[in-house]
Amino acid sequence: MTGADKRLRVLALHGGLVLVLFALQFLLPDYDHTNFTSIMVLATYAMGYNILVGYTGLLSLGHAMFFAAGLYGAGMGVYYFALHPVLAFVIGSSAGLILAALIGLIALRTTGVAFMIVTMMFAQAAFLVTLYFNDVTHGDEGLTLTQAARGFDLLGWHVDLTNPALRYNLALSLFTGALVLCLALVRSPIGRVLIAIRENEERTRMLGYDARHYKLLALSLSGLLSGAAGAAYVLFFGYVGSSFAAIQYSIYPLLWVLLGGVGTVVGPIIGTLLMFYLIEISRDHMSSYMIVVGIMLVLLVLWFPKGIAGTIRARWWGWIP
Amino acid sequence: MNQKTPLIGGKKSLITRRSALKTLSAASALALSPGYVRYAQAQTSEPLRLGFQLHSTGIGAGYGRWYDRTTQAAAKLINEAGGIAGRQIEIITEDDGTDPKRGAEVVEKFASQHKVDFVFGTLFSHVVIGSAPRAGELKMPYFVVSEGYHVASGMLNRYVFQPGITDVRSQVSSMAPWIAGNLGKKVTMIFPDYAFGHDHRDFFSAAIEKQGGSIAALLAIPPTETSYTKYFPQIPADTEVIYHVMVGPGVLTFVKEMGEHFGSKRPQIFGFIDSLEAVDLASPGLEFLDGTYFWEANPRYAGPDQTPEDKFFREKVGVDQNGASVDDPKDISTYSHMFGCWETLYTIKQAVEASGYKSAADKGALIEAVEAMTAFPAGNEHPQGDKTFNGKRHQCYGHQYISKVEGQKLSVVHKTSIEDGLYENDTDYTKQPL
Repeated sequence: MTGADKRLRVLALHGGLVLVLFALQFLLPDYDHTNFTSIMVLATYAMGYNILVGYTGLLSLGHAMFFAAGLYGAGMGVYYFALHPVLAFVIGSSAGLILAALIGLIALRTTGVAFMIVTMMFAQAAFLVTLYFNDVTHGDEGLTLTQAARGFDLLGWHVDLTNPALRYNLALSLFTGALVLCLALVRSPIGRVLIAIRENEERTRMLGYDARHYKLLALSLSGLLSGAAGAAYVLFFGYVGSSFAAIQYSIYPLLWVLLGGVGTVVGPIIGTLLMFYLIEISRDHMSSYMIVVGIMLVLLVLWFPKGIAGTIRARWWGWIP
Repeated sequence: MNQKTPLIGGKKSLITRRSALKTLSAASALALSPGYVRYAQAQTSEPLRLGFQLHSTGIGAGYGRWYDRTTQAAAKLINEAGGIAGRQIEIITEDDGTDPKRGAEVVEKFASQHKVDFVFGTLFSHVVIGSAPRAGELKMPYFVVSEGYHVASGMLNRYVFQPGITDVRSQVSSMAPWIAGNLGKKVTMIFPDYAFGHDHRDFFSAAIEKQGGSIAALLAIPPTETSYTKYFPQIPADTEVIYHVMVGPGVLTFVKEMGEHFGSKRPQIFGFIDSLEAVDLASPGLEFLDGTYFWEANPRYAGPDQTPEDKFFREKVGVDQNGASVDDPKDISTYSHMFGCWETLYTIKQAVEASGYKSAADKGALIEAVEAMTAFPAGNEHPQGDKTFNGKRHQCYGHQYISKVEGQKLSVVHKTSIEDGLYENDTDYTKQPL
């Protein structure tokens, strides 16, 4: 396969995915329409996570703090200072980026299991901060943003972020932006260095690359996407609470990425979508629905350790980035 | 020139008698066909669909089990008595996993997939607060049974009501006069260091000071704590009353360690039954609670003052005189909370009948009908007791109980007045647009 063929296929796959998601808004029932909005936002979070775990080989168990940084950064900005939602989104995204860079300066002194534990500890501290400063954050109960606070005027047109159609397309825009960023990153020289670090950090260093510098960049970008997803989530759905900073929100992106395909650009959306509907369908049939999810994950690890997109890449479409 | 053409009748009419009769016959045949009958009667006899947002899983599952039993019992009674405004009610249950994100999704699912008329039954505050924005956006009347102050505080929206259970601010405030008058005025509070505990800290501190009392110490327990021994030495020696509201799996350890710390010489102890809802007071380790006092919203143990409506409520839900399931004496109910589901269903009934609600187009009228309510008399529809309702705050206020643990059972020693729990705030949801 020539380079041009490969580029065309990559474009067709990812462009097709965006087009399908765009078309689905006209076909989905109302309930699934809202679910897809949420899934695209959470898939953005998972893509941010995938930059770190999938392409750089750093397993974090503390990404909820970056998602929550975006959530609280945007949510509290609107709640307390009546910030313009666009400015709140920028602040939330930046909060994820800055927090990730700061945590990276410390956590990246460790590797492997130690990195996993350090990120988990930082995330737990962040979770407790949301509870401890209850007077401001309202802790576990959280804060709600009014419908009025989630709207603004733009060129004589009122933008209402609670409007389902607008919200869907904004979520799709966010997801598409993250998809393009990830594609550009993994196909760029920087992305190749990240993959080299994942495969053999020592050798990469011997080739003259400052591995820590690249890992910090990966963690910061990962934090940026996680923060952007958190900021979008609170602006679209109007609630910020400490449950989003809890450990399960660090585990979820790991599961989504593992299910969809670790180290693939399309894996996170596949994993997020499948996990959501797996739970949804199981829930309709039994109260102990998490058992089904658990069994599915065990089977997946046993038979498809590379996840869905990863398996497809390994067996059939080796060109999937 | 305008020449009037008769609609039915004359030669030049638009519809002849014959065609009118044909149309009428065809329409009658269609209306009598099985499929159409359902549609033709939709406005009058289609069941009223109520979305029940239940904590079947997650931290609220213990409460959820009893909320479900209570709801099913009330729905059965309402249907046996002819339903609501002549329509049977259909309870559609969805588990929210006691999770705020899922809660919002469940509200969405009720509205757009199940096409329910109203949603009710949410208990845990963070789930209520996470779900309420979506209910407001969807203009879905949302009746919560949470006892949180979130509704009355004004932080939610016009579509959210709490007509079946008094809020925590009122509950806590109503305890202070009796505690100050009977147990002591120097109080040390032990509470979980998150929003639920902070509500108790803030509202009780203010209420006890209003009674001339004072707070000796505030001991906030971090949510991750598993042992409490290091906190008890921080209780000042001159403390007359310990006020505790620990909840969750650590509560048995908390009580056991408090007992070991104080031994037989202890200050007066007052707690909120939230700590021990669905927990058997005869559980090992709880012996230390004998002689201590608890707030109850509805007395778990049927005492000598049991009302006929409480007897009726227990019988219909399947609760024995000790607050346990009639089928399993070890299955302890959440008696101080679950009546809220029952009373909320009857409030919905009252609102539908008062507003003439028939379909989603009448939701505004229904909201206004609930806001116009002022009181609920005690009776089989409100077995916990009479209540007042503040339409501006969307919140009801009722009597509370203080019970003493004696022989590992609770005996009521005091019933508050509704006025004991009243407070001032400027919440007015009626100013928000529908």
